[in-house]
Amino acid sequence: MTKDNQIKLPTYLEVPLIEKDSMAGNGPFKASKEIQQSLGFPGEKVDNWQQVAIDKMAETKSKYRSVQVFLDACVKCGACTDKCHYYLGTADPKNMPVARQDLFRSVYRRHFTFAGKYFPRLVGAKDLDEDMLDDWYNYFHQCSQCRRCAVYCPYGIDTAEISMAAREVMNVIGVGQKYPNQILGKVQKIGNNLGMPEPALKDTLEDLEDEIKDETGVDVKLPLDVKDSEVLMVTPSADFFAEPHIDGLIGYAKVFHESGVSWTLSSYASEAANFGMFIGNYDIMRQGALRIRKAAIDLNVRRVIVGECGHAWRVAYSFWNTLTGIGSGGSDDYSLRLQKQLDSNYPQPQHMIEFTYDLIQKNKLSFEKSKNDHRIVTFHDSCNVARGSNMGDIKNGQFILPREVIKAACNNFVEMPKNTIKSSTFCCGGGGGLLTDDLIKLRVKGAKPRMHALKKTEQESGVNTLAAICAICKSQFSKVLPNYDFDPYMIVSVHQLVSEAIVLSESSDTEV
Amino acid sequence: MSLTSIFFTFFIYISSLIFIVGVSYKLVQYWNTPAPLKIPIAPASLNTSGVFLRYLREIFLFSSLYKSNKWTWLFGWSFHFALILLFFRHLPYFWPGEVPLILYKTEVFKYSSYLLFFGLVGLLSRRLFVDRVRYISSPSDYLMLLVLIFITSTGMLMTFGNNHPNMLLVTNFASGLITFNWSELPKEMIFMAHIFPVFCLIAIFPISKLLHAPGIFFSPTYNQVDNARKKRHISDWALDKEQGSKIDIENNNEKK
Repeated sequence: MTKDNQIKLPTYLEVPLIEKDSMAGNGPFKASKEIQQSLGFPGEKVDNWQQVAIDKMAETKSKYRSVQVFLDACVKCGACTDKCHYYLGTADPKNMPVARQDLFRSVYRRHFTFAGKYFPRLVGAKDLDEDMLDDWYNYFHQCSQCRRCAVYCPYGIDTAEISMAAREVMNVIGVGQKYPNQILGKVQKIGNNLGMPEPALKDTLEDLEDEIKDETGVDVKLPLDVKDSEVLMVTPSADFFAEPHIDGLIGYAKVFHESGVSWTLSSYASEAANFGMFIGNYDIMRQGALRIRKAAIDLNVRRVIVGECGHAWRVAYSFWNTLTGIGSGGSDDYSLRLQKQLDSNYPQPQHMIEFTYDLIQKNKLSFEKSKNDHRIVTFHDSCNVARGSNMGDIKNGQFILPREVIKAACNNFVEMPKNTIKSSTFCCGGGGGLLTDDLIKLRVKGAKPRMHALKKTEQESGVNTLAAICAICKSQFSKVLPNYDFDPYMIVSVHQLVSEAIVLSESSDTEV
Repeated sequence: MSLTSIFFTFFIYISSLIFIVGVSYKLVQYWNTPAPLKIPIAPASLNTSGVFLRYLREIFLFSSLYKSNKWTWLFGWSFHFALILLFFRHLPYFWPGEVPLILYKTEVFKYSSYLLFFGLVGLLSRRLFVDRVRYISSPSDYLMLLVLIFITSTGMLMTFGNNHPNMLLVTNFASGLITFNWSELPKEMIFMAHIFPVFCLIAIFPISKLLHAPGIFFSPTYNQVDNARKKRHISDWALDKEQGSKIDIENNNEKK
């Protein structure tokens, strides 16, 4: 099997020696004037960009304790230097988490600290000039905000926070990245990242219903905009059209069918992914989340459930209560209204995995596990689920629940090496706004540590199926698996495994 | 009092003042800077006691560093552990009046200076010989280690090399600083060479990476409880923003 970009994997994961500037370049495509302006950013680089950038840095560090503390606290111990998948895959020293932060920190020191103002060379302080800005643009778009470095940092310094801050500063001076910003425009106008309008979504869902009917003979519904449903399902829009994502969506539908719980998708809030997080903009992230709040209230649902999407789940689990009041404990008008409307017997929002897991615990789903016997399955912990969220409100639930769901549907489950799973999981290489073809080289190289772990597991236990619960992971793996001599179709949704093994009953008249 | 004694007395007071004012300023700054979003990092704690235990593990055992790199952990932990023991070892000098008996027992801690030296040399070697760590090191990172090695060496030379300055003078000088009852400094060069860089480091504490010590307590990834769904976490500036927008709750609209 010969392919372009084929990468031979060593027998153990090596920490490469640094190769300076091996990933130097111009970075991903820049956003056009129209895209930038639609988000309220300047259309092109402003004249006094240095001053604007420094002012924005000052504002950001005064609004985010993380940024202020992380800029001060790093001692350059080097613990993080070999933890980033992009460093391991590219050997470019600026992809070491601390060196990436230092692009931002050196400017902070120069402009905001005594030592940097008077002894810049001594403490590595640098001016924000054209070269530095180019480095910012290039290397802050080689960070997938996966937070693996933060797990290993003795002070919990999270490079994601710094890269979000840097992207925010760049947007404010008019230097934005095309991929996330264009998508954010679509969400704000139409409601999902694809820009898929309501009629197209409706057609897609009807086609899927037909497909399930043909295959199983059972009327499994995928309802859209049905008022007074029990559950509002918010899922990444990739689930509506992309492979293998769509088979996961079919899985959700089958689980809902079996549960007897009425559910609906919303055409107004047809996107769980929130790219506002990638660019570090609180307001844009909030606007995305508010669409979901509005849909939940307009459709008068009792529960909000989120589909398989890593960053979406981090935003939903960790940020929605802050941004929108979906959750408990808030005392403002909206929070109170939501608390009255939403069912307090369940955490709000919930992950689809939590929903399915609960049904499995209550013996409400039956599986014909042998349907998955041709598979030897391993699970890729998606970075933002693993390190930025929880499931089931039990310690490490985000690791336990998906595995339990897989094991309920499959007989053959194996783990990848210990230092590459759970809180130590490697990013797929395409997260954080990097899932774009203009960054394909980076994406292939960044996947190397994960591919290495997978290769090892393949050799040891013959694994042939890689399950994930993130739309980005699924798209990224489909694309890069062949580069490492794997079958691109080995990546599946966890709910695809559920879908293939679940035993459907004729009608959904049980319960409620 | 000799000029040298006057200089050192002033110098020590000024650097201590910079330390106190500077660190207080940073503490107030960190305290007043909001953390608008819940960003605890795995393994996140689901309750306050979990957070407390996490800090105990991080501060006393350097558990994240242990997970990360055994060599850096060994050198870093040895250095910090020895530093604490030696802090207590030096306390009797500064103790005004009669020194409690227990503090005399810290005499034995003098041997931890070997551990201190070992840790520092190890950390310096990593900076010199590991290409990744060399890449991220600034001159100040080396300088700080060299200064600490110098302080350790002079201390060890005095303690183990029969270069003891007059202990009575040391005690009178040090405790005199506390009681504002100033007295002469011992004249030995090695003693001055030992204490001068110590108070240089104390002075630069609030403007250098030494801020990692207070910083760790303010790190939101460590100090936040992972309970975002159960409790609404919101910063003042975000709340102001919400209240600034017009909420029409009946029609479910929020407009700027």
